[in-house]
Amino acid sequence: MARKEEPIIEVRGLTTRFGDNVIHENLDLSVRRGEVLGVVGGSGTGKSVLLRTILGLKKPDEGAIRVFGQYVDELDDDDRRALERRWGVLFQEGALFSALTVAQNVQVAYREHLHMHQDLMDELAAVKISMVGLRQGACDLYPSELSGGMKKRAGLARALALDPEILFLDEPTAGLDPIGAAAFDELITDLARTLGLTVFMVTHDLDTLHATCDRIAVLAEQRVILIGTIDDMLRSDHPWIREYFHGPRARAAFAGK
Amino acid sequence: MADVAGAGGERNGGRASYTVDDSAGALRFLPAGDWSVRSILPIDKDLRAFAGRKPERPEAVFDLSGLTRLDTAGAWLIDRTSAAFEAQGVKVRFEGLTDGYKLLLDKVSEGGVLKTPSHERPSLYVEVVGHIGEVVSDMWVEAVAFVDFLGAVLATIGRSIRQPSRFRLIPLVHHMQKAGFEALPLICLLTFLIGAVIAQQGATQLRRFGADVFTVNLVAIIFLREVGILLTAIIVAGRSGSAFTAEIGSMKMREEIDAMRTLGLDPMDMLVVPRVLALVLTLPLLTFIGDIMGLIGGGFVAATQLDMSPGVYIERLRGAADFWTFGVGLLKAPFMAGVIALVGCRAGLDVTGSAESVGTQTTRSVVRSIFLVIILDALFATFFTAVGI
Repeated sequence: MARKEEPIIEVRGLTTRFGDNVIHENLDLSVRRGEVLGVVGGSGTGKSVLLRTILGLKKPDEGAIRVFGQYVDELDDDDRRALERRWGVLFQEGALFSALTVAQNVQVAYREHLHMHQDLMDELAAVKISMVGLRQGACDLYPSELSGGMKKRAGLARALALDPEILFLDEPTAGLDPIGAAAFDELITDLARTLGLTVFMVTHDLDTLHATCDRIAVLAEQRVILIGTIDDMLRSDHPWIREYFHGPRARAAFAGK
Repeated sequence: MADVAGAGGERNGGRASYTVDDSAGALRFLPAGDWSVRSILPIDKDLRAFAGRKPERPEAVFDLSGLTRLDTAGAWLIDRTSAAFEAQGVKVRFEGLTDGYKLLLDKVSEGGVLKTPSHERPSLYVEVVGHIGEVVSDMWVEAVAFVDFLGAVLATIGRSIRQPSRFRLIPLVHHMQKAGFEALPLICLLTFLIGAVIAQQGATQLRRFGADVFTVNLVAIIFLREVGILLTAIIVAGRSGSAFTAEIGSMKMREEIDAMRTLGLDPMDMLVVPRVLALVLTLPLLTFIGDIMGLIGGGFVAATQLDMSPGVYIERLRGAADFWTFGVGLLKAPFMAGVIALVGCRAGLDVTGSAESVGTQTTRSVVRSIFLVIILDALFATFFTAVGI
């Protein structure tokens, strides 16, 4: 895994507010190229908001965000679109376009950005779909015909369509059964290694944190209070981190690992 | 020796190209440059043709050392080419295969032989005839289901009459307020305007024959018999029928209806009957008010354009319309209300799990209830003509 010193995502002094409600205050975070970073935090600490802010779906009230060394705010439309093609996003419920089949969902980026002909699009979509572990029959299904786990896999296939450098995942294993969740963890680890992805993942799932993440960032008190490996988390004295990583569920997740 | 180069990727300045060297003992395939999703398009066609040709050598060497970048799309092209060679009995050997490339190629070929989705479609004739057949059989199924639902609602109402404790008064009043009272401003405004427009258009045309005093007859008959009830029913179908579908549909989507059933509550009692009764009770009232507003609209135009005083207008109205002109319109109202409410509620209960199904069912409910309202109106017109009213 290539580890350059320049962070691939850099958040500096981010402040986010909803009315009087301050979500983030002076939040700093940097993500290294090639790592799998898990973001954890209690409900309402703004994990998903942070994700949306980095993606530019929400404007930061203060602070700066750099992705690939470019300030996201300052980009003109063309550069911004070019940037968006270098990352892929898997939303919580998959966010598949309901009017399109799974294969067509994957092909959207090829069709709109690269103007490929149908044969090549079909082939590449089939490659992506088998890569995320869906059977070929799933190509022609509509999102409403898929189970929750299949939706996530299909969403992942769409996110990977343009071979992005960064993959954003919002609660990838939420709503999956333990076997499906473990399989998804494995898939993400495998893909991150194979494709050399940087992964930014918001999650609640202790098993996922343990199985996939190189580093973990803990959001609390409106900022990132700790970023480091699982061992760093286990050594921390912060009450919330202690409770999170030493609670009964955590013990079960880390037992024997 | 062949050399094919693509036009280049849009980013990173990368170009995909390949050379084929046939001079040595084995066929050498040398991809070079940036083989990524953004750059492979220009070489895809040539590569496809190249892979399809029968190679003359028993062995091919894929030398990947010239690649500067490879992603899954590029890896797929290489994998596709090597698979095509192997299918023709040519042995493929890789050179310059780094660990990263190997991982990618393995990943891409993992799915085995990939069948690309077919785009075969039946012929136009089959499609058109099939579609017509589908629509006709759907209509039949729909009609049966509608009658079935009507029966279920009537049975529930019958039960409520025998056991008044099952009857839900508060939801009934709530829906009467929402579907009836709150629709008043809209209905008053629209019927007033349409009444005025009919009178104004009628007066202009009838003046040519010097018969402009008959504008009053025109307004009275057209409004009391047809337009008042039709307009009101269509507004209510758009306003309340759709609301019924959306309300019940979103409850169905969130499994609230199932929750009701498990608690021993009957959604028919709780949701459908109050809505149906509310509309059956309020639509005649709304129609009545709509009729009056339409006549007032006509009177307004009569006063301003025909210099007809309100007293004369009312006097002429009495001459033009008898009780049955008015009664015919009003008699239709409860039937139309029943149709609108039944269609709306049933479409709501037909919602399946997804949010888009709420949308389609709401559209369907409005279209269907307006359609049925007009059909019903036509049936009533033939009926009243036959009985001579």
